[in-house]
Amino acid sequence: MRIPCPLCGERDLREFTPWGDAALMHRPGFDAGPEAAHAYLHLRENPAGPHRELSYHELGCAAWLVVTRNTLTHEVMGAALAGEGAEGGA
Amino acid sequence: MRYSGLSILRNALSGQKHWAPAWREPAPKPQYDVIIIGGGGHGLATAWYLARNHGITNVAVLERSYLGAGNSGRNTTIVRSNYHIAGNEPFYAHSLKLWEGLEQDLNYNVMMSQRGVLNLCHSDGQFDFYARRGNAMRLHGEDAVLIDREAVRGFAPYLNFRDERFPIRGGLLQPRGGTARHDAVVWGYARAADSRGVDLIQNCEVTGFRIENGRVRGVETTRGYIGAGKVGMAVAGRTSEVARMAGLRLPIESQVLQAFVTEGLKPLLPSVITYGMGHFYISQSDKGGLVFGGDIDFYNSYAARGNLPMVEHVMEAGMAMMPMIGRARVLRSWGGIADMTMDGSPIIDRTPVEGLFLDGGWCYGGFKATPASGWAFAHLLATGESHETARAFRLDRFATGHVLDEEGTGAQPNRH
Repeated sequence: MRIPCPLCGERDLREFTPWGDAALMHRPGFDAGPEAAHAYLHLRENPAGPHRELSYHELGCAAWLVVTRNTLTHEVMGAALAGEGAEGGA
Repeated sequence: MRYSGLSILRNALSGQKHWAPAWREPAPKPQYDVIIIGGGGHGLATAWYLARNHGITNVAVLERSYLGAGNSGRNTTIVRSNYHIAGNEPFYAHSLKLWEGLEQDLNYNVMMSQRGVLNLCHSDGQFDFYARRGNAMRLHGEDAVLIDREAVRGFAPYLNFRDERFPIRGGLLQPRGGTARHDAVVWGYARAADSRGVDLIQNCEVTGFRIENGRVRGVETTRGYIGAGKVGMAVAGRTSEVARMAGLRLPIESQVLQAFVTEGLKPLLPSVITYGMGHFYISQSDKGGLVFGGDIDFYNSYAARGNLPMVEHVMEAGMAMMPMIGRARVLRSWGGIADMTMDGSPIIDRTPVEGLFLDGGWCYGGFKATPASGWAFAHLLATGESHETARAFRLDRFATGHVLDEEGTGAQPNRH
């Protein structure tokens, strides 16, 4: 699996630390209540098919990315810088 | 037919031509008392204990492929009960006790081999923690023996005792742990459940649930609609996808775990051995192959195959623990899809949909749990109450904070 980092180009999987569903970018505020905190922390998207995941280019440019990848085939469909047009999932 | 020494002799003398099929291949009936989705070890064990313990036999097990086609056929067959937190250990202790009587119970040779499980440790802190875990196990009636470096050397002298960075400090041995033959477990439960009248329906994929007024009425399948009083999901690896059809969001991520086997070698490993400074575990099958694995691949996957970086990492960990493994040739590798929950422990509970029950989230430890999982899930389906060994495996524990985080890693499923 090779991931096209927008800053570094296509790089090896080993340089990246996957964090799971990209919705992790949208942490609810302290006033959102325990239900929202539970949903944010525990109830993540887990699709069989295209999936948007938050990934940290730890051994590269240290950018946070949203990588779109098919979980059934491991095909990497794209990667964008988190926060620059790459919004997290629901 | 009951298997016995006499039946083996009789069939040997008549050319092995008269064995009856081990189970029927029935067409689905329009309605069952209980439908279990998933014809793997957990689903089949649930069907067996529903019949055996609760007398409920109007049951169907629906399997989208063949029996045991999923993780039951993809694990590394290790049986153990070396947990330390109170919500987990009684459940796995119960499971190991069921394993010990399983062959007599099922009248089937599951090749249960209590060759032991040895966890190595590499520092004083880790040694102290193993002492604590061993004590927790013994307090729950399980066996655990803390052994020092020299005892480990006597046990397996070919381990790497020269590693300066991660010296072998000792180990925690569970002599009653070991391995069982994964396929035989599936077949044994299938045959036993079938003999009590349970319908095992293969090539029957569930495509949807029929839910009316918040209550499940049945399932839509590739072989038509089937009605049911209660429906149980035992589809670990695919739990999120199946539960989504019932409108549920679960605290589970699916991740791929790879496993490897070498060519057959002469008897070498006295027990299952795990490395304490990397996630690596190894055992030797009865055929002689070294069966081993390590970490999950760390990313969400339903592909049932992993990537090469983790292959390399597992091989490196194997070489670090047991350098002689480098001379063995790997025969094949494969991947299984693990339901990784947010705290690393399973779920056996009812769901917000009335009549729909969940058995899943087994992470990478479902095989050893097979008997107790079936026992507890059957209890829940039959009585509506959690079994005493599985009361902590609640679905709502994530919302309430009563999580069972054995590793203490938090809601990071790829770190458990």
